[in-house]
Amino acid sequence: MLHIVACIKQVPDTKIIKMNPKTNTMDRASAPAILNPYDAHAVEEAVRLKKKYGGIVSVLTMGPPPAVKAIKKCIELGADEGYMISDRAFAGADTLATSYALTKALEKIAKHRPIDLIICGKMTIDGDTGQVGPGIARRLNIPPLTGVNKVVEVNKEKGYAIVHRKLEDGYEVVKSQLPCLFTVEKDINDISFAPLPNMIKAARYQPTIWTADDLEDVDRKQLGLKGSPTIVSKVWAPPKPEGGKILTGTKEEQVNELLSIILEKKELFS
Amino acid sequence: MPEKFDCIVVGAGPAGTACAYELAKAGVNVLLLERGEYPGAKNVMGGVLYRKMMEDIIPEFYKEAPLERPIVEQRFMMMDKESAVTFSYKGLEWGREPYNNFTVLRAKFDQWFAEKAVEQGALLVCETVAVECIVENGRVVGVRTDRPDGDIYADVVVLADGVNSLLAKQLGFHREWRPDEVALATMEILKLDKNVIEDRFNLEANQGCTIEIFGDATKGILGTGFLYTNKDTLSIGVGTLLSGLIKHKIKPYELLEYVKNHPMIRPYIQGSEPVEYLAHLIPEGGYHSIPKVAGNGVLVVGDAAQLVNAIHREGSNMAMTSGRLAAETIIMAKEQKDFSESMLDQYRMKLMESFIGQDLKKYKDATHHFESFPQYFEQYIPMLNRATSQMFTVDGASKWEKQKKIWRDLGSTKQKFKLARDMMKAWKVMK
Repeated sequence: MLHIVACIKQVPDTKIIKMNPKTNTMDRASAPAILNPYDAHAVEEAVRLKKKYGGIVSVLTMGPPPAVKAIKKCIELGADEGYMISDRAFAGADTLATSYALTKALEKIAKHRPIDLIICGKMTIDGDTGQVGPGIARRLNIPPLTGVNKVVEVNKEKGYAIVHRKLEDGYEVVKSQLPCLFTVEKDINDISFAPLPNMIKAARYQPTIWTADDLEDVDRKQLGLKGSPTIVSKVWAPPKPEGGKILTGTKEEQVNELLSIILEKKELFS
Repeated sequence: MPEKFDCIVVGAGPAGTACAYELAKAGVNVLLLERGEYPGAKNVMGGVLYRKMMEDIIPEFYKEAPLERPIVEQRFMMMDKESAVTFSYKGLEWGREPYNNFTVLRAKFDQWFAEKAVEQGALLVCETVAVECIVENGRVVGVRTDRPDGDIYADVVVLADGVNSLLAKQLGFHREWRPDEVALATMEILKLDKNVIEDRFNLEANQGCTIEIFGDATKGILGTGFLYTNKDTLSIGVGTLLSGLIKHKIKPYELLEYVKNHPMIRPYIQGSEPVEYLAHLIPEGGYHSIPKVAGNGVLVVGDAAQLVNAIHREGSNMAMTSGRLAAETIIMAKEQKDFSESMLDQYRMKLMESFIGQDLKKYKDATHHFESFPQYFEQYIPMLNRATSQMFTVDGASKWEKQKKIWRDLGSTKQKFKLARDMMKAWKVMK
């Protein structure tokens, strides 16, 4: 049976978050915590593949206890099982330490039920790095397929998957062995409106929660802040763009004015 | 096969959550449905939460609930264009346990309250709209939601779906509310430094003040304005009967702007920054508008049952008590395995025997009376302001002369009789 694991993260909703003007850091209390939007598409795709081929969808996250809410959201979307690693030892992790901890959890999940496919969102909206997915693939020594915006086929028996990877000028069709890891774009699917039984299941659901001690063969030096070589030397907000001009009047007036402005700037055409 | 619960509560406001809390506590398998992203996301009130009725459900809730300030002073302003006569009571006994009431922000409070119901064992499902009751053989057996595979069944359904209660309307329990049965309240949350609030309202830390404003706050339309102190915000708003807004062709937000810029109010809110704008209907039909509240397999609680005392700006307390009484009835019905209307109608009797029925009965004609006779707000409040100004302006005229002037200001003998009659009538509907 096909076993797909989606790796997800709870993030502050950066669309509405406020920045602390003094420290230039995010005021996390000012925004509600949501399931990272790219990860929602990862879970949706996993659930669609399950519907097509049969199988089981598990989700995995690392985070503080309130992140259980993000797992419940995934159960609403149709995931079957939820796992969470939560421990002070994981706190302060950069992408290197995060991918290490998640890999250790994935190995534990795989012991219980072998994993055929891992799906991650392209990136999180609070970190914007897109490094954790490929980091996991490297550590597990499986092929990473980034920027996936269409899954053509997943064939467990013959052990391959065919996907489209988004490129700047189109897409490429890639065939990979299984197991492998996808990171997905938002345009891969539209999130479905969850059926009521899923909502009720999610309201009752309690994920399996592991601490650092529950994971096997863990090198504690590679966890959390200790395992994070990334140094943030300075954080600043980009300066607000200055100047600009807002044209008013009827559409024709605006177009005429815009044209005359463009024509005045001769260097544009020289 | 869809799942079946003992009870489905539609709406996680104070009424629905109180009901779900009490049921779950008694071991009843209850599903609490909420259409908002989280409980409180769509709920609005001026902001006064009464301690007693909340404590009937969760004793000493004030030790952990997200409250703003305990209210130690209640002011009532009879406001004219450039003046106001204010009556107020401030008592420090209200500032200590067990307290009288608190200001709250509903988005925070409702979420907390619903979490408490979940801790008791209620199952909370948000972002799900109940679109109709499922009726079989003349009894409600569940609800249909807007989700795929969205039918869900229960022995009894509690409608706590708020003022418009589409579900109760579909069942024929009430018609569309008339414009004189609902008020429209618009309000803003204004951010202001904690210390500035305490200076302006003469408060110490962890003390709050409420101001109810009559007269010019609503440009003479029947209704009230309010200004409440939260921790580091103010809640300011105006509520008027929908019929009054229609009659005077005033848009609700114009009224709110008018109050915010009124010279009697402006200094309180100066320098504050609006952080939220809210508006909601309030059921103010009172006793005569209470619909059918019990049917076969169904009960109606809170705003959906028009349980608001507009005169005393009480509503959330009635909602909670009605939810609790509905839960008591359901627990009894469950023991006897009888969810028929005749059994569930005991809820209506409990409701009428409680302070809810008694208070709504006491003021059953009050709103209607003041609605029919606009002179109270349009003429008598300005008159009271002129009389007070006259009496306390020291200009060399003797106090006898001043009294004569005030007496003349009341108008002709005929007008004076009318005034006396109106005061008697007001006493009659309020007593």
